[in-house]
Amino acid sequence: MNPAILALEDGTVFEGRAFGALTERSGEVVFNTSLTGYQEIFTDPSYSGQIVVLTYPQIGNYGANDEDMESARPYIEGLAVRDFSPMVSNWRSDQAADAFLKLHNIPIIDSIDTRKLVRHLRTRGVMRGVLSSISTDVKGLIEKARSIPSMAGLDLATRVSTVGSYVWTSPVEPCSPSERIRNGEPLHHVVAYDFGIKRNILRRLVTSGCRVTVVPAGTSADDVLALRPDGVFLSNGPGDPEPLVAQAAEVQKLFGKTPIFGICLGHQILGLAMGGKTYKLKFGHRGGNHPVLNKKTNKVEITAQNHGFAVDPDSIHDNVAEITHVNLNDMTVEGLRHKSEPVFCVQYHPEAAPGPHDSLYLFDDFTRLMQEHKK
Amino acid sequence: MPRRTDIHRILIIGSGPIIIGQACEFDYSGTQACKSLKADGFEVVLVNSNPATIMTDPELADRTYVEPLSVPYLTEIIKKERPDALLSTVGGQTGLNLSVALAEAGVLDEYGVELIGAKIDSIKKAEDRLLFKDAMRKIGLATPTSQLVTDMKGGFDFAERVGFPLILRPSFTMGGSGGGIAYNSEELEEILTRGLDLSPVGEVLIEESVLGWKEYEMEVMRDLADNCIIVCSIENFDPMGVHTGDSITVAPAQTLSDKEYQMMRDASLACLREIGVDTGGSNVQFAINPKDGRMVVVEMNPRVSRSSALASKATGFPIAKIAAKLAVGYRLDEIKNDITRLTPACFEPTIDYVVTKIPRWQFEKFPGADTTLGTQMKSVGEVMAIGRTFKESFGKAIRSLETGKSATKEEPLDEALIPARLITPTAERLNYILFAFERGWTVEQVFELTNIDPWFLLQVKEGIELNKTLQAESLETMSAELFRTAKRGGVSDSSMGRWWKSDSLTVRAKRKSLGVAAVFNRVDTCAAEFESFTPYMYSSYESECESAPSDRKKVMILGAGPNRIGQGIEFDYCCCHASFALQQFDHESIMVNCNPETVSTDYDTSDRLYFEPLTLEDVLNIYDTEKPDGVIVQFGGQTPLNLALPLQRAGVPIIGTDPKNIDLAEDRKLFGKLLEDLNIPCPPNGTATSVEEACEVAGRLGYPVLVRPSYVLGGRAMTIAYDEDTVRKYMREAVVFSQDRPVLVDRFLEDAVEVDVDCLSDGENVLIAGIMEHIEEAGIHSGDSSCVLPPFGLGARELQTIQEYSVKMARALNVIGLMNVQFAIKEGKVYVIEVNPRASRTVPFVAKATGVPLPKIAVGLMLGKKLPEFAHMMQGKTSGVLDVPQFFVKSPVFPFNKFHGVDPVLGPEMRSTGEVMGVGENFGEAFAKAQLGAGSPLPADGTVFISVSDRHKNEAIEVAKKFADLGYKLAGTRGTASLLKGAGLECQTVFKVNEGRPNAVDLLKAGKLKLAIYTTNGVHSFSDEKAIRRAAIQYRVPCITTMSAARAAVQAAASRRRDPIRVWSLQEIHQGK
Repeated sequence: MNPAILALEDGTVFEGRAFGALTERSGEVVFNTSLTGYQEIFTDPSYSGQIVVLTYPQIGNYGANDEDMESARPYIEGLAVRDFSPMVSNWRSDQAADAFLKLHNIPIIDSIDTRKLVRHLRTRGVMRGVLSSISTDVKGLIEKARSIPSMAGLDLATRVSTVGSYVWTSPVEPCSPSERIRNGEPLHHVVAYDFGIKRNILRRLVTSGCRVTVVPAGTSADDVLALRPDGVFLSNGPGDPEPLVAQAAEVQKLFGKTPIFGICLGHQILGLAMGGKTYKLKFGHRGGNHPVLNKKTNKVEITAQNHGFAVDPDSIHDNVAEITHVNLNDMTVEGLRHKSEPVFCVQYHPEAAPGPHDSLYLFDDFTRLMQEHKK
Repeated sequence: MPRRTDIHRILIIGSGPIIIGQACEFDYSGTQACKSLKADGFEVVLVNSNPATIMTDPELADRTYVEPLSVPYLTEIIKKERPDALLSTVGGQTGLNLSVALAEAGVLDEYGVELIGAKIDSIKKAEDRLLFKDAMRKIGLATPTSQLVTDMKGGFDFAERVGFPLILRPSFTMGGSGGGIAYNSEELEEILTRGLDLSPVGEVLIEESVLGWKEYEMEVMRDLADNCIIVCSIENFDPMGVHTGDSITVAPAQTLSDKEYQMMRDASLACLREIGVDTGGSNVQFAINPKDGRMVVVEMNPRVSRSSALASKATGFPIAKIAAKLAVGYRLDEIKNDITRLTPACFEPTIDYVVTKIPRWQFEKFPGADTTLGTQMKSVGEVMAIGRTFKESFGKAIRSLETGKSATKEEPLDEALIPARLITPTAERLNYILFAFERGWTVEQVFELTNIDPWFLLQVKEGIELNKTLQAESLETMSAELFRTAKRGGVSDSSMGRWWKSDSLTVRAKRKSLGVAAVFNRVDTCAAEFESFTPYMYSSYESECESAPSDRKKVMILGAGPNRIGQGIEFDYCCCHASFALQQFDHESIMVNCNPETVSTDYDTSDRLYFEPLTLEDVLNIYDTEKPDGVIVQFGGQTPLNLALPLQRAGVPIIGTDPKNIDLAEDRKLFGKLLEDLNIPCPPNGTATSVEEACEVAGRLGYPVLVRPSYVLGGRAMTIAYDEDTVRKYMREAVVFSQDRPVLVDRFLEDAVEVDVDCLSDGENVLIAGIMEHIEEAGIHSGDSSCVLPPFGLGARELQTIQEYSVKMARALNVIGLMNVQFAIKEGKVYVIEVNPRASRTVPFVAKATGVPLPKIAVGLMLGKKLPEFAHMMQGKTSGVLDVPQFFVKSPVFPFNKFHGVDPVLGPEMRSTGEVMGVGENFGEAFAKAQLGAGSPLPADGTVFISVSDRHKNEAIEVAKKFADLGYKLAGTRGTASLLKGAGLECQTVFKVNEGRPNAVDLLKAGKLKLAIYTTNGVHSFSDEKAIRRAAIQYRVPCITTMSAARAAVQAAASRRRDPIRVWSLQEIHQGK
C-alpha cells in the first residue's frame, strides 16, 4: 500500500495510506459532516478547488453508481478519510468508490486522524493544502500548499460552467421499487444559469413540472429573455461570489421580468444583485444536518449545506429584501425574498442529494410563482 | 410554543420489574423524564413497582409510589394525587399499555387527567397490527403481506395462500413474547396456539417472511409544531428474522447510499405523522431486500424504546429527556443541545465513530430452553462499544461482554457444526462466524448461510486476518506500527498476551514503550464541528487526546457492565448513587461502564463518563489519563471486583474495603479460618480441585451438599447434590475449576430459614441497615427468593446473634462501606453461609424500605468519614438495626414465559431477571402486592391446587386448612387429596398427567385452578411434575414451589379479602410528607 501525505499551509501534516489515483492535487481543505452521500459530494461541482475531509470514518461501503452522479465527473481535488472501504456492498453499486476516483485521477488519503484534522480546521479555519500519494517531501508539499491561490476572490463558477446551452428533461428517478415519485407535467420553461449546477436540481425542477434550458454562467440577461423563460434559476457553484459582479449585474436586469429562484451560489449572486455583500465563513457549512428556521412557517427544516461564503444580513436593505430563512446553529442568512419582485433564494440545498428532503417545497414554490406570474 | 402553563402535576408510569425485553433502559428514560420535568418546575408523581431503579429514589420525584402497576392501584394513586397529565411514553410497553388501560377504564376522564406524549388513537394505530398496516398503506408504505387471525383455521388458510416460512406476532405483547417463525404446519400450530393465548386480545398477526432482508431502525423525534428529526439510524448486523433486541446492531447505518437513507428518512417521518405521535421519540423499523432495495415497514413504537436508549448513548442526544420536554409543550428549537451549548436540539446528530451493540444471553441458566434466536427476544442484557471504525468498536464490544471468564463448561467449537450454526441463529452464531473465518471460510460462503451483509462479514474476516498476523509475531518482534494497527483494529492486550504466552500487562508495557497508547475522543453529537462541553469519552488509538482531565479531587467508579441474571440494575443503582454522593462530597465523579441501557452511562449522571469495556486494559488507560485519587470497585457487582486485585497490584488506589479482604471472603480456607477465630458457625464445608476430591469432601460432610464454583455471582452453576452420582456428574460436566479457582462444597442445611443482612461499616462502627427474612427456605438462591423487611418469623435471640456476627465480621474484615451477609437458621442455630464485603443486590430495596441512602453514606465512609457523621441520615443511629416503618416485601420476576420447556422450579441457581416491592401495613398485604407486581397475582377466590412431596404433608394440611377457611376450594393429586381428606378437608382429586383425563394440565388450561402449590422432594424432578408447573406458567396461574411461600400466600390471600386497596408514597412513609 502506497503512503500518502496531506500537508496544510500552516505546516500541519497527516500521513496515511493512498487509495484512488497515485497523484498530487491541491486545494482548500474543507470538511463535510454527512453520514451518507459521498458520491454526490465527490461529483458536486461546488467542491471544485477543494480537498474534502469526510468526518464519517467508514467511506466507500456502498460503492458508486451512475444514478448518484451530480455532474459528469467528480470535482473534488482530493479525499481524506479515516477508513476507506475497498469492498462494496450495495445492490445499486456499479463500481467501487476507489476505482471511480482513480478513473478520474483523484487521490485519496486514508487512515488519518480525520477528527484531529477537523478540530484543527474548526479552530484555525479552512486552509490550503496538498494531497500527494507520489511525493514524501513534506517540506516541499507544505511550500506548495502555501503557493496555491486562496479561495477568496476566486471565480471558479465560470470555469466549471457549461460551454454551450442544453435542454434537461430527466426527472428524479426512484432509487428503489418502494420509492414513489410524482412527476409533474412540463408546464414551465425554466432557464437555469449553470455556475456548477447539480443534476439533482435539474431533476427536481423537471419533477416539479419544468422544462429546463441550461445556459453558461456568462449568458446575458437579454439572451436569457430571448429564450422566453417562465422563470430563471441560478445554480449552486464553487468559489467566491464577489468576483461574479458581472453576472450579478445581468441578474439584476432580470428583476421584474421573470420569477427567479436561486440556490447556494445562486443565492449569493442574488444577494449581490439586491445590493448586499458576502463574506467568507471560518470553516463553512458542509453537511446534511443543519437546522434552518423558515420564518414564514415558523418551522425548522433539516437541510443539506455546502458553502464557504454567506450573505451579510446587515448589507441587505429592509425595503429591498427580507430574510426568510435563518441557520439556527449560527444565525447566518439562509434565505432571502425580494420585497417587490418575484425573486427568492436559499443558501442551502433543497434538492438534497445528499441530504434530507425537508425543503423540497421550494421547487413547488417556484413553479407556483411562475404560474402566478403567467396570469 | 414554550412550556405549557396549564398543567402542574404530571404522573409518570415506569416499566416495572426488569424482564427480558424491558430492562433498565426504561429506568434511564424515566429518570431523565423525571429530572427534566422537575427542572422545568412541574410536580412529578412517579409510579413503578421496581425498587431497584434510580427513578424510584425519593429525590427524583415529588411523590414516588412503589406500588403494583395495575389499574386498581393506579386509580387509587390518581384519586389521591390528582395529576393534571399522564406521560405515557417513557415507561416502556408496560407504561404504555397501562396508560391505555386507564384511559379505557375511564379513569383518566373521571379525574381529568390528560394523556401527554402519545394519544390513545396514536398508540392504538401503532400497536394494533391491522390499524398500523392500514395507516402505512394510506401513506404509500409497504408492509409484509399479513393477516390477523384469531383461530387456527385462519392461520392455516393464510399459510396455504402465502407459503412458509411465516412470522407470527401476538398482538399487544412486549419483547415479541410468544411470537416465532413457523417453517411448517406443526410449528405453525404450536406457535399460533401459544400466541393466541398470550395475546391479551387473543389475536396473532401472521405474516409473509422477509427473513434475510437487511434490517434497519430509525430513531425519530417530533414536536408539537411538527418539527421532525432523525436522531440516529441503526443497521442490524443480523438480518431480519432475529429480534432486534437479540441482534448485533451498528450505528449509524453502514451499507445504505444517501438516496436509500433519505427514502427511509422520509418514510419514518411520514409514519410518525400518520400515526399521529404528536410529541416525543419513536422508533420505526424497516426491512430492505438486499437484491433490489424494496423496503417494507416492519413496525413502529410510539414511545421511547430500548433502541432510543441505545441511540441516545450512541449519539449523545438525550431522547427521553427531550421527549419529556416536548410533551409539555417545548419545541425542539427552543431546547439547547447540552453538549455544544450554543446550538439547538433541533438538528440531526452526526457522528464520527462507529457504535456496536452486542446482546448478552444466558441460556446456560435455562437448560432445556430453545436457544434459537427468532422474533421473541431472549437476551438478558447488552453491551455497547464506541470505536473510530467498525473493527475497533466490534473488538471493544466483544471484550465488554466478559464471556471469557465463564466458570461453566462450554461446548467446544466444532468444524463440522459450522454450517448448522451459521444457518440457525443462536447465541453461538457470532463465535461460529469467527471460527469459520479462522478456518478459511470466505465472505461469500458465510454470507450464503447467514445473509449477514458482506460488508460486515469482510470487516470481521479482516479482523481474523489481523489476529493471524499478530499470532505470527511475538512480544519481541512487534513494531510500533503493527501495535497501532492491532489496537486500531480493536485487538485487546489480553488477546495478544494469550497468543504470545504473556499477559495483558506485559503487552501493555511493551506497547506503551513503543509509544502506542490510547487517547480519548469525545461523543459530541456533531463530528467535531462545534466545541463539546460535555466530557463523554471513548478510547481510540488516534493522535490527539480530548479528555482534558481536571485537577480536582476525583474518584472513578467502575460500573457493572452488561446486565446479567444476578448482576443487574441494582448495581447500576449503587454506582449512580456513588456518583451523586461524590459530587455532594465535592469530588469529581468519573464513571466507567459499557452498558447502554443504564442511568450510569447517561452523560449527565457523573462529572465525566467513559463509555469503555470493564477490562484491566481499558480501566488502566483511563486511570493513566485521569489519575483519580481513588477507585470504587464495590458497587458494580462481580465485574469490578474481578479487576480489584490486578488494579491494586498495578498501583491503582482502591478506596473502601481493601480488595484483599474482599478476596479473603471468597477464599474458602482463609475465610473458614476467620470464622473459626471469631467463633462464628458456618455449614461444614470444603473445597475440591478434582472429581475424586469433591466426592471425598461431600462424603465427609454428609449429603445433601451444595456445590458451586468460586468467584461467580447469581449462583451460576450452583447445585444441590443429594448423592455422589450428582457430584460426579457436576464435576465432570458442569464446571471449570483449577487450583486457583476450586469448587466449593458445603453441607446443605435443609429447610433452614435464610436471612440476608446489609450493613454499613467504617471499620469500627457498624450499622445494620436491614435484616431480610427470606420467604423461600435456604437452597433457593437469595435473588430468587421473596424477602421481607422487617423479619417477622425470627426470634429476638436469633436477631441478636445475627447482629453480633455481622458486626464482628465487618470489623474483622475492616469493611469500609457496605457488606452483605447471608445467614441460615436451622433449629435455632445461626450459620453464616456467605459474606460479601461489597454492595449487594438488596441495597436499593433496603434503602427504599428504610429511607436511608445507603450507597451515599458508604461513599462518605470510603472517603474517610466516620459513621457517626451520618447519624442524621440514619434515623439518628450509629449502631444497631435501622427501623422499618411498614412491611416491605421484595419478590422476584422470572423469565420462564420466554423459555418454553424449562422447568420453573426454583433452586440454588438464580434465574430471576428482576424484582418488585410491595408495601403494606401487614405482611400479607405487602406480599400480596409484591406478587401482583411480579405478575402472579394471588386469586381472590376459586380453587387452590395442591400437590406436595411427602416431607411437606403436615405443613400442607395447615396451609390447605387456612385456604379453606378463607373460602377457597381445594384440589390435589391423589396422594395429597387423600391426605387433606383425611384431615377433614373437602378436596377434589385431580389426575396427574399420565393418570388420565382431565388431568391437572387440562384443568389449568381450562382456568379451573387458580393457584398451584407444587413442591418436590428435591432429588428428582419428574416429567409430569414439570409439565404441570410448565402449564401453570403458560396459562398464567401462580405456581408456588415451596411450603414457606405457600404459607406466605395464605396470609396474602387473607389480606386480599380484608384490606382495602391503599397506596403510600415513599415520601409519606419516610418523611411524613
